[in-house]
Amino acid sequence: MEILTPILVLGSLGVVFGALLGVAAKALRVDKDERISQVQELLSGANCGGCGYAGCAAFAEAVVNGEADPSLCSGTSEENIRKIAEILGVEVKSGPRMIARVLCSGTCQKAVNNARYEGIYDCIAAARFGGGEKACSYGCMGYGSCAGACPFGAISVNDGVARVDETICTGCGVCVATCPRKVIELVPAAQNTFVLCSSKEKGAAMKNICSAGCIGCKICEKNCPEDAIHVTDNVAHIDYDKCTGCGICAEKCPKKIIGYRKA
Amino acid sequence: MQTIGELVLLSLSTILVNNFVLVKFLGICPFLGVSKKVSTAIGMSLAVTFVMTVASALTYLVQVYLLDALGIGYMQTVAFILVIAVLVQFVEMVIQKFSPALYNALGIYLPLITTNCAVLGVALLNVQEGYDFIHSVVFGFSGGLSFMLAIVLFAGVRERLETADIPKPLQGFPIALITAGLIAMAFLGFSGMKF
Repeated sequence: MEILTPILVLGSLGVVFGALLGVAAKALRVDKDERISQVQELLSGANCGGCGYAGCAAFAEAVVNGEADPSLCSGTSEENIRKIAEILGVEVKSGPRMIARVLCSGTCQKAVNNARYEGIYDCIAAARFGGGEKACSYGCMGYGSCAGACPFGAISVNDGVARVDETICTGCGVCVATCPRKVIELVPAAQNTFVLCSSKEKGAAMKNICSAGCIGCKICEKNCPEDAIHVTDNVAHIDYDKCTGCGICAEKCPKKIIGYRKA
Repeated sequence: MQTIGELVLLSLSTILVNNFVLVKFLGICPFLGVSKKVSTAIGMSLAVTFVMTVASALTYLVQVYLLDALGIGYMQTVAFILVIAVLVQFVEMVIQKFSPALYNALGIYLPLITTNCAVLGVALLNVQEGYDFIHSVVFGFSGGLSFMLAIVLFAGVRERLETADIPKPLQGFPIALITAGLIAMAFLGFSGMKF
């Protein structure tokens, strides 16, 4: 009989508590829009913060409340974004798929070093401390802060320059915000011609610090049939809206720093 | 007035001399798990402090008016786990309903606390030490504060370790465990102090 007391007491405790919780769950229920969880399931779930919200959950809430456009999430596939739009009954504003690209080709052999850096192995730290080892003060420092920041693991540092794996990159823009030198740019994924230098150094000075630097000779500008490439601040820029990807600039560039990939 | 002085002493000695984490080694799991950032450490320890205080009060009542009254004090572990689990669930619901901001800050930590042994520990220690209701609540509250002190100190050190040049074999968890050991040793300095 002695065993009955604890069984009864604990059993009734459990029942009472269970009932209390059940009542409380009803009474204290918070009505959440179920579309929020539906939308959240369709999002990429990377919590990269590229949309500007605190995470996928916050973004899903904003989307359902009509504060944000579903296409702001670049990590989500177009199909899922269409599904989200269907759930909410809105039209999607869709642009071309964007990917990140590192506009520098100053690898260890090409870029001249003018210092030894033994501080924290991190671009942001190195930038604050004098700019790392390379003499060029505009290019990729190669300490891989972007690679660490990339929520998808799409960036790796190869031979002193960060490279983006286009197949993995979702164009969330976290690396663009991380890079202290601002050498990473979001470009349309279909774009096939790039100026792989960001240095605003003048031509003569540039020759001394990097053999893969834009010297601002304007040969590309003169040869472009579409008027899509221009030299400003001693470095060529491509207007991606005008560029047709013919590749003439890449061919004519004396420093061979315009990257071109046949479509 | 003697009692207030006594309570202050109890509180101080719980926080420093008998620190829950660093001396009694209770609540090690969240101590290592949620201590990578100071902000999350503060969130976690606030939630723990809250639950420990309320749990102390509740388990005291359960012990005295239910278990002792019926002479089944040996069931305290089971009963306390039940009470704490329900309490945490209930608190989570109440917070979610009445303070979404607080829920967003503490919400994700609350389910973790259900299995935090510091909470069960404080309930069992209250009985073991024979504290009355007021002492139990104060002991629970200062137990929470001692958890906060330990985890915030630890998180501060770990944040700095992020940028430190640590030998490869020690990176990550090993250096965290060494740090925890060093902090615990530092707290040994308080032991033997009589307030």
